[in-house]
Amino acid sequence: MLTRFFLMGLDKKAGVLLTVLAVLAVAVPVMALGTAPDSPWHLSTHTVALLGKYLCFALLALSLDLVWGFVGILSLGHAAFFTLGGYAMGMYLMRQIGSRGMYGNADLPDFMVFLNWTELPWYWHGFDQFWFAAIMVMLVPGLLAFAFGWFAFRSRVTGVYLSIITQALTFALMLAFFRNDMGFGGNNGLTDFKEILGFDIQSASTRVGLFVATVVALAAGYILASAVVASKLGKVLIAVRDAESRVRFLGYETDRYKLFAWTLSACMAGVAGALYVPQVGIINPSEFSPASSIEAVIWVAVGGRGTLAGPVLGAVLVNFGKSYFTAALPELWLFALGGLFVLVTLFLPRGILGLAAQLRDRLPARATVTAKPVDQKGV
Amino acid sequence: MHRAFCWLLAAFLALAAPSAFAADLAPLVRGLGAGSYTETEKAIAGLAETGDPAVVPVIEALQAGDLHVRKSDGAVVVAKRAGSGYALTDPLTGAALGEADRNAVEKIRINNALRRTISATLGALTLMSPDANTRRQAAEAVFKSRDANALDALNTALAKETDERVRRAMTQARASVLLAGDAPDADKIAAVAVLQERGDQDARALLNGAANTGSDAAKDAATKAIASVEQRLALWGAAQNLWYGLSLGSVLLLAAIGLAVTFGVMGVINMAHGEMVMIGAYATFLVQEAFRQWAPGLFDFSILVALPVAFLVSGAVGVAIERSVIRWLYGRPLETLLATWGLSLALQQAVRSIFGPTNREVGAPSWMSGAFELGGLTITYGRLWIVVFAFLVFGALLVALRKTWFGLSIRAVTQNRSMANAMGIRTARVDALTFGLGSGIAGLAGVALSQIDNVSPNLGQGYIIDSFMVVVFGGVGNLWGTLVGALALGGVNKFLEPYAGAVLGKILVLIFIILFIQRRPRGLFALKGRAVEA
Repeated sequence: MLTRFFLMGLDKKAGVLLTVLAVLAVAVPVMALGTAPDSPWHLSTHTVALLGKYLCFALLALSLDLVWGFVGILSLGHAAFFTLGGYAMGMYLMRQIGSRGMYGNADLPDFMVFLNWTELPWYWHGFDQFWFAAIMVMLVPGLLAFAFGWFAFRSRVTGVYLSIITQALTFALMLAFFRNDMGFGGNNGLTDFKEILGFDIQSASTRVGLFVATVVALAAGYILASAVVASKLGKVLIAVRDAESRVRFLGYETDRYKLFAWTLSACMAGVAGALYVPQVGIINPSEFSPASSIEAVIWVAVGGRGTLAGPVLGAVLVNFGKSYFTAALPELWLFALGGLFVLVTLFLPRGILGLAAQLRDRLPARATVTAKPVDQKGV
Repeated sequence: MHRAFCWLLAAFLALAAPSAFAADLAPLVRGLGAGSYTETEKAIAGLAETGDPAVVPVIEALQAGDLHVRKSDGAVVVAKRAGSGYALTDPLTGAALGEADRNAVEKIRINNALRRTISATLGALTLMSPDANTRRQAAEAVFKSRDANALDALNTALAKETDERVRRAMTQARASVLLAGDAPDADKIAAVAVLQERGDQDARALLNGAANTGSDAAKDAATKAIASVEQRLALWGAAQNLWYGLSLGSVLLLAAIGLAVTFGVMGVINMAHGEMVMIGAYATFLVQEAFRQWAPGLFDFSILVALPVAFLVSGAVGVAIERSVIRWLYGRPLETLLATWGLSLALQQAVRSIFGPTNREVGAPSWMSGAFELGGLTITYGRLWIVVFAFLVFGALLVALRKTWFGLSIRAVTQNRSMANAMGIRTARVDALTFGLGSGIAGLAGVALSQIDNVSPNLGQGYIIDSFMVVVFGGVGNLWGTLVGALALGGVNKFLEPYAGAVLGKILVLIFIILFIQRRPRGLFALKGRAVEA
């Protein structure tokens, strides 16, 4: 039954996406580890990490699409969940450094020694164990989302207001994490990681391993999200998106459905953040900035909200564009990104994946216009 | 005839007086170089007795060790190093006396006892200065130094003083000297009363010292005075917070009020609002540059020119944005949010490309710089003007919306677009002008903010979240809500700051708003009725 639940949501689009991911999961390790460095097929460690980063963003976009595309909650604070997951992983990686830090303290990370702290703060305990960190990666963003959503949905904060307070949430977190006495490294964040699960974090094979883990996480997230969306629960979520008060009138407790989707989405974003940190090698409070949340929204919008596969495509495309533009024409990148926002909202309200449907809609629309006089005659 | 003679005499005296004095002073100055310390001290006393301000630079030169005796004629000169020798000037007139070899002059030496005499004399001389401000500063200096030697000078100066403010400063200085020294009890208690009246941090420090020394009666008086001063300080501290809160609140009001028009009245979430503020600030910068270039003398009026310019420039950009982007997105607030965010990124980059990423310097006109004291408060003119300006803009907007045809049209379109259209109001034009109005007000905010913040491409970013908080907190579609929201958030922020620190205070305010919106999802002054659900 469980397998039926998970396979229910898979359609043609899902087939294409999962096939591409499967190819990546095989091809990238082979190209990175199995070829000579001077071969044209060789992928450098840097490229592998870059691809992994894109896929982490794709997972974040997917989680955002789950709430925005299917429940109609535009979150301008999803980076908060992403970054919290990242910090949970970062704390584990920090503890793995052990006495190899600059100050050689086996328990305390360097920045704490630097601030003359003598004891590990209580919330850092347990993070020396991977399983604990792995739970926290989902639990911390999930709990925050649950608490926030519980308040927000119960008192029926919707639409624009909800968007703005999610933005306030991530802004408040950013300010908090910038403080040195929060115990998360302040301005500099957590960095200088050495190893993960005993593997050297810099080595090519670890990078490939992390990449494969990201591919698996993205595929799993995609299957889970499409299963949720295709289930009866998903039907209610879509109904909430389209006419919440009507659904509430029919006897559904809409805030519970929203809360479920919201919390699930936050957990997915947390996983994305956790996979992001070891591949980029740093996590700092600027990831919380409202701008990064809004950038994630544009990935979803570009790919096509409400399609699940679209956001994955959008995240990869936009980030590839970002990497390209910031290297080639750094001045132009913000113009390009800004223009993308405007053009997509104006001309591609359903994103790239919705383009075909949009064009199809146009033709019958013209037909109905010509049919109108006939209607009037009938009246 | 007799009268004319008097006038002539007076005129002659007035002309002759300085030189006559100088003539009198010259031998006294010469006495400084007589040799032994005691003789120098006598000469200083003689100079001090004249009470002539022309003596001050001489004694200051002596204090700085610049005063020398010329060996050839025994004249006292100011000698400053110049190349291998010294450049000589006359200590009284400042006239250059040529250069001299290093061996041609001998420094007038002073010891510690002389140094004390010198500073006391200087204090006394400045206490007698004809300029009231100098006298007051001298009194303040004595207040800080508590130099017992200055007591006699203070007493003499007090007897002559007519200016009320200087008199008060001198009385306080005298009290501080008395309290620090070993004066009789009665004097000390009187001094405690004077300091209690002054009632600031310095007075408290002095009283704290007095509470530990002296007789029981004096101690007692001091302890009581400390309690009173502390109460007073707390009161002024609260007033200070209130003022800072008002000041921050008016900045928030300025930044948010344009947003209240576009978001509150039109339902458009303009994420580029901060960039409109930034454009207003850059307009101020350009206007000031123009003034610097062509009319530096009129620089003080540049702000007054910048206001309409900023309003028009930001307003025009706003109208352009509305016509090109926003009009396609009415009724889809979340998408206006995305599109305007994109515009804000592009505008920031445009400004960065044109003006560079660094801060631009915007000057303050003279009538906006400086500060004045109100009891225990220091109020800067810049902040004061911003508060006044914020309320003026608010009032003007209120009047515009209530009393003008344009305002009536805006309200008609807001309340029932199709009905307004049917009544012959050109809704599309009203939309564009409303958006232009909101953006123009943001430009005005930019002029004000350029006075207190860095004019950089990121200027707008810093205000956008705060502005949204204000509008959402106050209740959308209600200008009074924006006013109350801005002042409340500004006040809460500043009252939290002393306890929680600036950053934590801000976080607490954000959390407070998040929780508040849960309670009242439509803000403090929510619109009621069916329009809300739309």
